[in-house]
Amino acid sequence: MLGFLFRRLGDIIPTFFGVTLLVFFLIRLIPGDPILMLAGERGVDPARYAELQAQYGFDQPIIVQYFDYLMGVFQGDLGKSFVTKKPVLDEFLTLFPATVELSIMGILFAIGIGVPLGVLAAIKRGTWVDHLTMSVSLTGYSMPIFWWALLLIMFFSTSLGWTPVSGRLSVFYFIEPTTGFMLIDTLISGEKGAFTSALSHLILPTIALGTIPMAVIARMTRSSMLEVLGEEYIRVARAKGLSPLRVIMVHALRNALIPVITVIGLQVGVLLAGAILTETIFSWPGIGKWIVEAMNRRDYPTIQGGILMIAFLVMSVNLIVDVLYGIINPRIRHKR
Amino acid sequence: MKANFVKVAIGAGLLAATALAAPTAASAKTMVYCSEGSPEGFNPSLYTSGTTFDASSRQVFNRLVQFKRGTTTIVPGLATSWDVAADGLEYTFNLRKGVKFHTTGDFAPTRDFNADDVVFTFMRQFDKNHPYHGVSGGSYEYFNGMSMPDLIKDIVKVDDYTVKFVLNRPEAPFIANMAMDFASVLSAEYADKMMEAGTPETVDLNPVGTGPFQLVQYQKDAVIRYKAFPEYWEGKAAIDNLIFAITPDSTVRYQKLKAGECHVMPYPNPADLTAMDADADINLLSQEGLNVGYLGYNTEKEPFTNVKVRKALNMAINKDAIIEGVYQGAGSAAKNPIPPTIWSYNNDTVDDKYDPEAAKAMLAEAGYPEGFTTDIWAMPVQRPYNPNARRMAELIQADWAKIGVNAEIVSYEWGEYLDRTKKGEQGTFMLGWTGDNGDPDNFLAVLLGCDGVGGSNRARFCNDEFEQLIQQAKTTSDVLERTRLYEEAQVVFKREAPWATIAHSIVFEPIRNEVVDYKIDPFGGHIFYGVDIKE
Repeated sequence: MLGFLFRRLGDIIPTFFGVTLLVFFLIRLIPGDPILMLAGERGVDPARYAELQAQYGFDQPIIVQYFDYLMGVFQGDLGKSFVTKKPVLDEFLTLFPATVELSIMGILFAIGIGVPLGVLAAIKRGTWVDHLTMSVSLTGYSMPIFWWALLLIMFFSTSLGWTPVSGRLSVFYFIEPTTGFMLIDTLISGEKGAFTSALSHLILPTIALGTIPMAVIARMTRSSMLEVLGEEYIRVARAKGLSPLRVIMVHALRNALIPVITVIGLQVGVLLAGAILTETIFSWPGIGKWIVEAMNRRDYPTIQGGILMIAFLVMSVNLIVDVLYGIINPRIRHKR
Repeated sequence: MKANFVKVAIGAGLLAATALAAPTAASAKTMVYCSEGSPEGFNPSLYTSGTTFDASSRQVFNRLVQFKRGTTTIVPGLATSWDVAADGLEYTFNLRKGVKFHTTGDFAPTRDFNADDVVFTFMRQFDKNHPYHGVSGGSYEYFNGMSMPDLIKDIVKVDDYTVKFVLNRPEAPFIANMAMDFASVLSAEYADKMMEAGTPETVDLNPVGTGPFQLVQYQKDAVIRYKAFPEYWEGKAAIDNLIFAITPDSTVRYQKLKAGECHVMPYPNPADLTAMDADADINLLSQEGLNVGYLGYNTEKEPFTNVKVRKALNMAINKDAIIEGVYQGAGSAAKNPIPPTIWSYNNDTVDDKYDPEAAKAMLAEAGYPEGFTTDIWAMPVQRPYNPNARRMAELIQADWAKIGVNAEIVSYEWGEYLDRTKKGEQGTFMLGWTGDNGDPDNFLAVLLGCDGVGGSNRARFCNDEFEQLIQQAKTTSDVLERTRLYEEAQVVFKREAPWATIAHSIVFEPIRNEVVDYKIDPFGGHIFYGVDIKE
């Protein structure tokens, strides 16, 4: 087992280097000079420009800059933002809980709606229920998040007035962040109505973010269910006279969910990518919006640090999933 | 009975829904502003973006002199008056007494604002050896950009309420520079205390100013809270709380404004303007921006050395078609090189009338009856003063073709474009300018003065009469006299036609009807002192 773990860790190291390399060089290919961005419309005189270049280390050869950066990363130092002059890691940790909160809600929504829809479609295979649920999920899958989110806002917030337009909490509540998770913080604060407000602010972003994973999960559940429903042991269970509900929920669904769980694990990356758009539209103060703003300002350390942290996260989740599989299924451990 | 029950149920449902959407506001007056982005920090001297100025200098701080709200007129601020030495080399400011600084969690002031604060504010930016110079990255781009290090010789505290700035050369616009965001006065006492505590950068993160609002809390990328400063020297603000709800997407900002989640929003999406105008709850304000978009002639290059050629080309341009096709309503035709929101704007000048026939005749008079071939340089970037240079170039190209002038459209990458036009490689070129301090000098001398040739004066225009007027205006501190000189300079400009002035952009700002006395700031700022909300 330990050998397997080391092998998997060994796979991660080149991936990690690859990510740093890609991020570091790709963002330098985006046109736009961070110093000129910083100086604004008025520009900056050549002497001052040289001074700033030296200050940010841009006067060094790019390879030297890269190794300096890498050395910092290994010491846990992601550098300081060009714009706010604060350590990138600190900013990341402040904003990360908002993204996690939204992502958890998004995945819960996706599972909560996607699995029952998939099961329903499988049971009613070939009927209008099947066709309807599957076309709904296909629509959900092909919907651009940006457009879908605006549509939700215009309908539910502006026309009906049911949900707030954007943000994490009504601005009239003054909550000091303790955990960074708004649902928990508002509960701790004990301020009347704050929790409801936080919850109502989560509704639309959750739907916007969770729609694509929901569609994927629904389709996966349906096909996996269909496969399982054709198995011999299901026929046996039915022959034993078990209630149809019991057959489906206990015997079929349990086995059908195994591949679905794999898919759910893969959706972590999708969710983080979706968070970038969702957060920008819903003014959600998470890492997605943070990275977009850093891109616009050519804030290299923030972009590098942000993307590196996300990549690190996705890799860790995958590692954990792999290890869990190794535990569940010993055959995987010994395969090379 | 049943019908009643249904009514009650619906009522309860609606009530619950409203409670979800809009929690009860406190009885205090709270203004919510849907700002477009997060501030970079809270010390305006370290940054150059309007978003940061809105969050810092425009609410939290004051300057020695300031702009009267909604205008470019200078009025006393932390200085009650100022004297300029006869040679224009010394500016002595008499400071206001009894001005209080904010009290925060980190700091409780023990004294009122005085000369030490002024000296600290400017010395930090000016003196490279000042203990605070390098704090928080230490780049003072606006201070440097306005050439303050070359201009200032010394800053002297005469007594507790008098400060003297000694300059290297006479410069009348210096006063206007003192009203700019970078000149916001910080507390020297607070800075000393934070230096002692070993956390000097706190000064730039948790600001202590003398302004109408004090910062309460900043939640990164989400919300900024301010409360009215009760001891503000001009009197407490009409609103009690000011909240910036950071909303980067312009369509979402508009939805929030419609839903009543904010009172004021900046930078509307042009596509939404018609709907905003029609909305009964929203008041769409508009005003000309502090900028000018123009087409310049390289006055050192044949045939543009001839004023008749320049005049003829000006007359051939159909400006109305450009305003329509390029600005799509968000621009107004320009006749002067400075926008109408700047003092000394000369309303009496007459623009070159669009008349292709007369243009052709004048071109013949200038010795080009068959026209000639030239180029039009089109900038590769979008700016408020020129949202689509390429399109504009095409329209002008077509206009000029009608009088026999064949122009080729040229473009380069932005840095390259600026560099080559500085060197004078172009025949004609497009560019524009956005004012920094509302002083006419900031347009006329920077863009058309002889010193600017080879730099920002890309038309390479150097006219003795014009130069004399603007130089004289630079060294006179009497505003009436300066106004007269600049008005005359605009007449000379119109006669000599180094540019075809195209347009000033129009700034739109939608506000909700309950907002009282909000004014568009010509500098693009968003200022909430003096604004009220109807109950």
